[in-house]
Amino acid sequence: MSSPAINGFAPDSGAAPRPIAMAVENIVKRYGDFEAVKSVNFSVAEGEIFGLLGPNGAGKSTLIRMMTTLIPVTAGRAMVAGRDVSKDPDGVRRLIGVIPQALTSDPDLTVEENLSIYAKLYSVPRAQREKNITEVLAAVDLLKWRGAQTKTLSGGMRRRLEIARGLVHDPRIFFLDEPTTGLDPVSRIAVWEMLNNLKNTRNLTMLLTTHYMEEADKLCDRIAIVDHGNLVALGTPTELKNSVAGANVVEVKFDRESPEWAGRIEKLTGVTSVQAESAGFYRVITTSGSKTTMELVEMTAQLGETLSSLSVQNTTLDDVFIHYTGRQLRDEQVKPELASWAMLRREGGH
Amino acid sequence: MNRMMAIIEREMRKFFRSPVLMLMSMMLPLVQLVILGNAFGGKIVNARVGLVDYDHGPEAVKVEEDFAAVGATIRTFKTISYDNERQARVDVQSGKLDAAVIIPAQYSRRVEAGDAPDIGLVVDNSDQFLSSSLEAELQSIVDALNAPLIPAPVNNKIALDIVELYPYISYMKFLLPGLVCLAMYVSVMIGGGMLYIDDKARGVHEGYLVTPITGLELVLGMNIAGALKAILSGISLAVIGTLMAGMGSIFHPVQDLEMLAVIVVTSIAFNGMMFLMMVRVDDPLVPRAMFGVLNTLLFFPSGAIYPIAAFPPWLHVIAVADPFTYAVHGLQQVLIKGAGFVSIYQDLLFLAAFGVGSLMIATPLFKRTL
Repeated sequence: MSSPAINGFAPDSGAAPRPIAMAVENIVKRYGDFEAVKSVNFSVAEGEIFGLLGPNGAGKSTLIRMMTTLIPVTAGRAMVAGRDVSKDPDGVRRLIGVIPQALTSDPDLTVEENLSIYAKLYSVPRAQREKNITEVLAAVDLLKWRGAQTKTLSGGMRRRLEIARGLVHDPRIFFLDEPTTGLDPVSRIAVWEMLNNLKNTRNLTMLLTTHYMEEADKLCDRIAIVDHGNLVALGTPTELKNSVAGANVVEVKFDRESPEWAGRIEKLTGVTSVQAESAGFYRVITTSGSKTTMELVEMTAQLGETLSSLSVQNTTLDDVFIHYTGRQLRDEQVKPELASWAMLRREGGH
Repeated sequence: MNRMMAIIEREMRKFFRSPVLMLMSMMLPLVQLVILGNAFGGKIVNARVGLVDYDHGPEAVKVEEDFAAVGATIRTFKTISYDNERQARVDVQSGKLDAAVIIPAQYSRRVEAGDAPDIGLVVDNSDQFLSSSLEAELQSIVDALNAPLIPAPVNNKIALDIVELYPYISYMKFLLPGLVCLAMYVSVMIGGGMLYIDDKARGVHEGYLVTPITGLELVLGMNIAGALKAILSGISLAVIGTLMAGMGSIFHPVQDLEMLAVIVVTSIAFNGMMFLMMVRVDDPLVPRAMFGVLNTLLFFPSGAIYPIAAFPPWLHVIAVADPFTYAVHGLQQVLIKGAGFVSIYQDLLFLAAFGVGSLMIATPLFKRTL
């Protein structure tokens, strides 16, 4: 049971080698005695969509904030678009677009005014500004809402406006912190399609954090799983799924709970792990779903017991996530000043 | 420069899209101008004074006639006749009367004999303002009674010849300069301090920090925008206030320029002070909690309501360091006295130095990262 790459540079799934758009080398972030990020390494190729997955407090936002120059790096190095974030932060800022987790466009301003102000902050020349605004509004399908006040837009439209705002200066690299949190499923899928289109039409490199496994699965070329400040797994979605020893997940619920169930299940053919979910309910990872299922049914009959439910499914990213990060709730404290920044934001911090 | 202008543009667009902010920043000073200006600026009328006459002689009748004249003309008080002193005292204590005058028995006889009789005055001094007014009015009646019927042929007494430099200044007019400053303070507090911290908490600043804007551009952009909002509030209240108080200052272009100069440097000073206090604050509750404390600490010792000369030494120290003091003094000079630049240049210098100094301290404290 080994991850495809841990703390190293991941294979590119057989694709032709591409130039590196960004890389972190032994990057560390410390707050006093607390180490939020512990010597993490990875690189992202040009044109790639790279996902950072991890539970709350895992360190993914800290990582993205170091890479976008928002917080200083304690040790190690982060290179973005060929520039060192510590030595040339302004150079990095000119080449990146950042979409924060919160919706921060001004509700009192119109869609166009919001974009215009950010174009000016990025020193986009006046002649180019109008063209860029039109292009990004077309890309996020908000052209006809150009003159609308932002407060009149729906949540999905506001998220698209945030994406447009991050693109108005035509960046090479795009950072998105939980871009679809709080959106309904239809809006979420619309944002995925939009990001895929942007990647293809603008040759953008993207780094995003997400809580949604489906989002990471459908959107990302490669995924890094971060936990307790460490990078615990890195690879393509397929590689990560294959990295979990067991091709299938069997979920079984017995009518009667017995302390012996877990031990008996572990002895069945192909079983690699057994997790007790609740009284009489077990989640079994196995290399052979069909054999394990048959033996489970036979064992139950021989013992004179009965099953309430039984299901078999392929390994998903959810399983991978749980495999690498465990199931315990994360109630760790965060640094007070970081917590205060998260106050009043629509979504919770992480 | 372009990036700094973008910050100012954003702030000003927001400001004009939410007129509530401007209205709220003017509401408190305007309400104070109307309520305090009228409450403290008026004269006492129709106070109730009980009159107990134990004499009923010709001199006592003279006193009663003088009292009746006051009631019929300037109406400071009206007299109500009482039979006995005891009841009059009880009524003063219970609030039915504001004062009672007792003319003793044998009063007329003693006046005619030159025996200097006393007229008793029982006054409810729990209200200092009312009791002082009544005492002054009654003293003037007594002085008139004492005046000789035929004046001396040669006036050899020493007299105080009072020359008032300015026409009668109502309390509303006196209050106006302080309230113009208060409008700027409220604007800076709401439009500067609170919005700054709220923007930080909402993540708006995070959006700025990932752009190539420099720390200095950000600081200047936010402060210039904050000062512009305060200037607009100050001008609006000065114009509305002078019209309400019946002052003609705004129709004199030179005074307008002087007033604008005081308002501009005051806005810079207030905004610089606010930015210095908020530069490292993240909690949105802090500026809200500070609002009332700062208001009391800065507005009341400034001479806007009470004269600084009456302050104890420790409060005088606060007044000297308080930018409100110089702003109020400058506006008093311009709006009330119509004085020239000579009278306000020291205020302008102090306020400009205070604002620039605050910004120079705050700028290095501003963090370009989270």
